[in-house]
Amino acid sequence: MSDIAVTAGSRGIALHRIGAMILRYWYLLLSSWPRLLELVYWPTVQIITWGFLQNYIAQNAGFFARAGGTLIGAVILWDILFRGQLGFSISFLEEMWARNLGNLMMSPLKPIEFLLALMAMSLVRLAIGIIPMTGLAFFLFHFNFYGIGLPLIAFFCNLIFTSWAVGIFVSGLVLRNGLGAESIVWTLMFAIMPLSCIYYPVSVLPHWLQLVAWTLPPTYVFEGMRALLVDQVFRADLMIEAAAINAGLLIASFAAFLALLRSARRNGSLLGGGE
Amino acid sequence: MNQNEGTSPGSSLPGAMTSPAIEVVHLTKLYKTTRAVDDVSFRIARGSITGLLGGNGAGKTTTIAMIMGLVLPTSGQVRVLGHPMPEHSASVLGRMNFESPYVDMPMRLTVRQNLTIFGRLYAVANLRQRIAELTADLDLNDFLDRASGKLSAGQKTRVALAKALINRPELLLLDEPTASLDPDTADWVRGHLDAYRKARGATILLASHNMLEVERLCDRVIIMKRGRIEDDDSPAQIMARYNRTTLEDVFLDVARGRTNALSSDAAPGLREDNASNKRGEVAS
Repeated sequence: MSDIAVTAGSRGIALHRIGAMILRYWYLLLSSWPRLLELVYWPTVQIITWGFLQNYIAQNAGFFARAGGTLIGAVILWDILFRGQLGFSISFLEEMWARNLGNLMMSPLKPIEFLLALMAMSLVRLAIGIIPMTGLAFFLFHFNFYGIGLPLIAFFCNLIFTSWAVGIFVSGLVLRNGLGAESIVWTLMFAIMPLSCIYYPVSVLPHWLQLVAWTLPPTYVFEGMRALLVDQVFRADLMIEAAAINAGLLIASFAAFLALLRSARRNGSLLGGGE
Repeated sequence: MNQNEGTSPGSSLPGAMTSPAIEVVHLTKLYKTTRAVDDVSFRIARGSITGLLGGNGAGKTTTIAMIMGLVLPTSGQVRVLGHPMPEHSASVLGRMNFESPYVDMPMRLTVRQNLTIFGRLYAVANLRQRIAELTADLDLNDFLDRASGKLSAGQKTRVALAKALINRPELLLLDEPTASLDPDTADWVRGHLDAYRKARGATILLASHNMLEVERLCDRVIIMKRGRIEDDDSPAQIMARYNRTTLEDVFLDVARGRTNALSSDAAPGLREDNASNKRGEVAS
């Protein structure tokens, strides 16, 4: 009987449960071509639009001519941040839309396993969108994103950690407040966007706003990218600082998720999950 | 009122143990100022089938949700299979399962995919074999590879039941298990639940509005009204006490506060409880 296996799996994190959830989202992706298309569509539109803009600016401005690729690089890194969070949050929303959350919460699946599965799926969804995007950047604009080399790993990790922290927090908000809070999933990252200094250096901001900007890990990544592409310097210090802030953000977002889950149980919102 | 375990044929089945399957003590749930469940206590013996009856808003779903750990009680305790909930839910959730009209299976996934995922979540050994067994038992073969969202209400109920049975639960919580089913399918589902209970010595707690279903299936009935337990006994005893031949008539008596329907040999305390409830209704 399955009881033995179930009891054995009741302590710690069980990979089979994380795997089951990844399989669930994989089946969903394969069952729906619009979902797959959406993953590729927006990154493609982004890279074409901004790529041609960069070409135009490079022909007319000395700085951008020297700083070849900063705009396209920024577009791709921004998409890693934004799509990473969306990939996480949409997988979570799928459970709300399907009214499946009660089934999951009543199963042996633990919150941490659920979140780890969502993180894994955000990587899968991101890969489906970003890999063609970087291919287009290379073939249309001769920008080899992977030419950034090893620093790309540091950029990527920091951005994806931030996207997960935001994803965990907004998923907790939706869990607690129902689908009425769904719009936060789509908009919160845009509130971070101007402060993350994606397309311009931090020094452009007023001093007091710079202090705010430096509390956000993506700011360090985009500054690091510009240092690499413009000055050919890899700023490891920026990446370490970003990683430290990300560690704090991840812990805080997980604690917030657990608190919001508990509040949802107290409020009875896990039964409905509607508006 | 009888708030003991009650006699049940299942209590002598293999798997029956000394601790009750469910123990609820002074359970209360407040939503702001609404008292959804009000100081409810009962114990459910292992291997029994218990029906939770009551009109809309009686507190059945909230009670079941608190037993499952989906809703936190305002006060009171719940123990499931000997473990306090929700504190020890990790030790219990793999041994129980549920079906509810408040949740669905992912609609775009096929029945087989859904059962595979839930089987993995519950760490079911020999999962393919288990799915094959459920397919045969619940007659799922014709739509096993069809998207769950494209099934009829009856087919969806059978799939939900297959999900609820995937881990061979010791405790099964069912909220309206035959709602929206035609009489033939509903009868078939009831037969299957009874057979499962007998075969596995499982405990079943079901909330239902179908009095015939409760009469046929349940060893014991707990009637709730406005968050409180109104009566608690075997169906035969309850019908005798209310001097009625069907639970539906008892239900109507309770819902409409017709305490004079109680037979003269009813426990004095019970009649007083009902009378005071009626006075309470007038006062409120």
